[in-house]
Amino acid sequence: MKDIPAIRAAQGAPRLRDFHQARWDEPVIFELSAEGERGVLVPETEPGIERAVGDVAASLPRSVLRAAPPALPEISQNRVLRHYLRLSQENLGADLNVDVGQGTCTMKYSPKVNDVLARSPKLAELHPLQDEETVQGILEVMYRFEGFLKALSGLDAFSLQPGAGSAAVYANASIIRAYHASRGEADQRREIITTVFSHPSNAACAKTAGFDIVTLHPDADGYPDWKALQAAVSERTAGLMITNPEDTGIFNPRIREFVDAVHEVGGLCAYDQANANGILGITRAKEAGFDLCHFNLHKTFSTPHGCGGPAGAAIGVTRKLARFLPVPVVTFDGRRYHLDYDRPDSIGKIRPWYGVAPVILRAYAWVRSLGPDGLREVARVAVLNNNYLLKKMLEIRGVSAPYAKGRRRIEQVRYSWADLTRETGVHSEDLGLRAADFGVHYWTSHHPWIVQEPCTLEPTESYSKADLDEYAAIIRHVAEEARRDPETVKTAPHRSTVHRNDPSPMDDPRQWAITWRAYRRKLRETAGSGRRKA
Amino acid sequence: MGKRRSTAHPYIPNSARAAKEAMLREIGAASEDDLYEDIPEALRFRGRLAIPEALASEPELRRHVEGLLAKNRSCAESLNFLGAGCTQHFVPAVCDEINARAEFLTAYAGEPYDDHGRFQSLFDYASLMGELLNMDVVNVPTYDGFQATATGLRMAARITGRSEVLVSRAVSADKLSKIRDYLRPRIRVQLFDFDPVTGEPDLASLEEAISNETAAVYFESPSYLGVIPSCGDDVSATAHDVGALSVVGVDPSTLGVLAPPADYGADIVVGDLQPLGMHMAYGGGHAGFIATRDEPRFVLEYPSRLFGITSTSVEGEYGFGDVAFERTSFALREGGKEWVGTAAALWGITAGAYLALLGPQGMRELGETILQRSHYAAKRLARIPGVRAPRFRGAFFHEFVVDFSRTGKSVTRIHRALLRRGIFGGKDLSSEFASLKGCALYSVTEVHTKGDLDRLADAIEEAVA
Repeated sequence: MKDIPAIRAAQGAPRLRDFHQARWDEPVIFELSAEGERGVLVPETEPGIERAVGDVAASLPRSVLRAAPPALPEISQNRVLRHYLRLSQENLGADLNVDVGQGTCTMKYSPKVNDVLARSPKLAELHPLQDEETVQGILEVMYRFEGFLKALSGLDAFSLQPGAGSAAVYANASIIRAYHASRGEADQRREIITTVFSHPSNAACAKTAGFDIVTLHPDADGYPDWKALQAAVSERTAGLMITNPEDTGIFNPRIREFVDAVHEVGGLCAYDQANANGILGITRAKEAGFDLCHFNLHKTFSTPHGCGGPAGAAIGVTRKLARFLPVPVVTFDGRRYHLDYDRPDSIGKIRPWYGVAPVILRAYAWVRSLGPDGLREVARVAVLNNNYLLKKMLEIRGVSAPYAKGRRRIEQVRYSWADLTRETGVHSEDLGLRAADFGVHYWTSHHPWIVQEPCTLEPTESYSKADLDEYAAIIRHVAEEARRDPETVKTAPHRSTVHRNDPSPMDDPRQWAITWRAYRRKLRETAGSGRRKA
Repeated sequence: MGKRRSTAHPYIPNSARAAKEAMLREIGAASEDDLYEDIPEALRFRGRLAIPEALASEPELRRHVEGLLAKNRSCAESLNFLGAGCTQHFVPAVCDEINARAEFLTAYAGEPYDDHGRFQSLFDYASLMGELLNMDVVNVPTYDGFQATATGLRMAARITGRSEVLVSRAVSADKLSKIRDYLRPRIRVQLFDFDPVTGEPDLASLEEAISNETAAVYFESPSYLGVIPSCGDDVSATAHDVGALSVVGVDPSTLGVLAPPADYGADIVVGDLQPLGMHMAYGGGHAGFIATRDEPRFVLEYPSRLFGITSTSVEGEYGFGDVAFERTSFALREGGKEWVGTAAALWGITAGAYLALLGPQGMRELGETILQRSHYAAKRLARIPGVRAPRFRGAFFHEFVVDFSRTGKSVTRIHRALLRRGIFGGKDLSSEFASLKGCALYSVTEVHTKGDLDRLADAIEEAVA
């Protein structure tokens, strides 16, 4: 009889998994089509209706009718299901891996009970225009949740309307624009100041809202450059839009001075709280003097990321800016909840209706499951996990944590593999693709890569010490392999669902194909031109 | 509470004391407080968060939240005729099963390898939508139809280098509000009329408003007021004559029977995916699509991710990745096109599954069934003294305007009477359109049986009597 636990222990502690991701070799859905198969049926019209109205489609003007049926595939129900279940298995998902490798995105555990609650027909089957008396439950959830966010930020009024973080950044930029316009300064205040280690959307969304962007680079220690900020502020300044801690995990201790300097020239300050997870209940927008802020519900507040949404966000403002919030806002008269549309100074609509209700409900339930002490514990353990992983990472040869040497980090760390790349020619991206062979995700970082060969790790509060040890062991193994056997790393992944893409079609208009029909057409055209040449 | 505070929280493994102490020892810190060394005392929040105590056990939490939800009365417990941009359709169980899969639900931004399933299922989605729309390029979904429309118009302005768009007056006030806010920095928004009798785009009004500065003409099929334009060709041609683009918003659930906008000259087609397999969820089921022809001048103006198909290092293997990534804000920050970020990808996967389940036959039957039921409803309502349905003479699909103005009763009053009978009447248009006082927009789909529609008609008849 073999002592399997002893054998596994001898294979290393922590032992690297003998992992292979699901590989179904699944066709594109059109290849599953079989003539006449049906996936679901539509109710047939009752004879009484037929008798009363006849064939309505035939009576419509020919110009509005579809000439030929859409060339959709014909697939029976279980075959459609199987296709998508196989594709789901070919997707790692946060529930399945120690998902610390998508730093800045706060990949934390999304509690299952909150999914169950969000799928209740009591929410799923609500129409947004129902009479207020029939939706008091969800309005109460929204109103109370706004109250939690007021406590966590210290700001005075919230809207839950934006569909995700970037939409919230845009909404805040739009409020800044409306504020200056209300003072007759819209033409003068053209500039939004941000930092290069704030999320790219602070620059992109403010630009979309019509502003010119001034980007501050860090000082030698990696903190936002105070001198640069002083040089940037002027009567042209509309506002400051930044994260803190920044995407490096470094907290700007002079943030109050930054905010004061912008206020001094008449600008507003918006706090992108995408990185709020490590500071919940520790420090708030109010104490730093911010006028606006936003939270990502799919990050800090645990709602699932859904392959990139549906997500949710909340924007908060001080009292003087409340009149600009999107319409409607949820109000409470002491007895009943209402939707207030009568807000003439509002920026208007950011999205249909009132926000992504199932996401808001999950976020509400998450806060309720933690309470005031639990929320602070989230932050404290997230920061502990991050600094523990930092210690483990820095024990690996070839990696560094640029800037603020010897200082602690808050919610994530931006690492650099520049030394390893110089030594081995293996890039950060290669390391990530090789890490996938051991069942974990790893991402480089947002551009521009001011930190060379970057990766950003954010362990949140959701991972145990053993999880973090395992993740660090995988990264150590891959880094050592880069020295020993760089080809294996450079040609990874080897045990993932598929192998390295040919990237050449992706930037070539003659070859790129964003739909199956475009792909088939371009194949025909290529074959045709080949024949003509022959 | 004392016991609870010393207990590890189930969502926080390292709230267990042993792990915490071991980790603190390893990093040489006395407590977590030491780790906040960069946060000055003046910025510290020293109060207690004004948040209720934890419901840390699952049964307590469920009881509380389910208690709140119990205060709602849903469309499953009532008979609903509200639409106006959020439509009650049948949601196949398979759609719910797929989007509840943890691998999809909890994934985010993996690489084309560890997240191959996400890339392929969104390529499937874009390909299925491409067939429905008769277009070669479809984006990874944006937030909702409002955003798709606003972005479609900004794309048109960039493509043409012009700074004015003409928007049909037959759009919702909310969507117009979104368009105005989103286009405000650089693009003027002008409106053109709809015909008061047919509800179709008014070509004379369009001709009058259009000029060489027009970047785009935007209209919808069906319009917000439910009318299917029969003159789509003419509207598009009018736009093209001055070098403008035709941007059309379409309800994808209509396209089994109705012509896709590309067939009447649309250059950019936009809309919302909610009808294709998403629950209404109090407005949480929205996702936006944008579709165009496969020309670089269009493709390079999308802000969204676009997933393309390619080969891999293994013969016969499909790979998927980002097309023209360098146009995005992920690559270029403020130098990219608008912005890209988390939006509504899971609803794209779901809409793909929905289209695969329905297939060509299902989409046609869906359209036919809806047409018959909505027309039956209109016919029944029209028999009620004082009620005019449909208000407009143009063709309609699932929605139509009901005019109660000659009943002598306000929409509010009629709808209150319906509510007492467990019926949610359609959207009141009285304050939204000056010309539609006393009118409401009713939505009828495949979920409504003949019995439901007769019940509605009987209830309205009583309410207006």
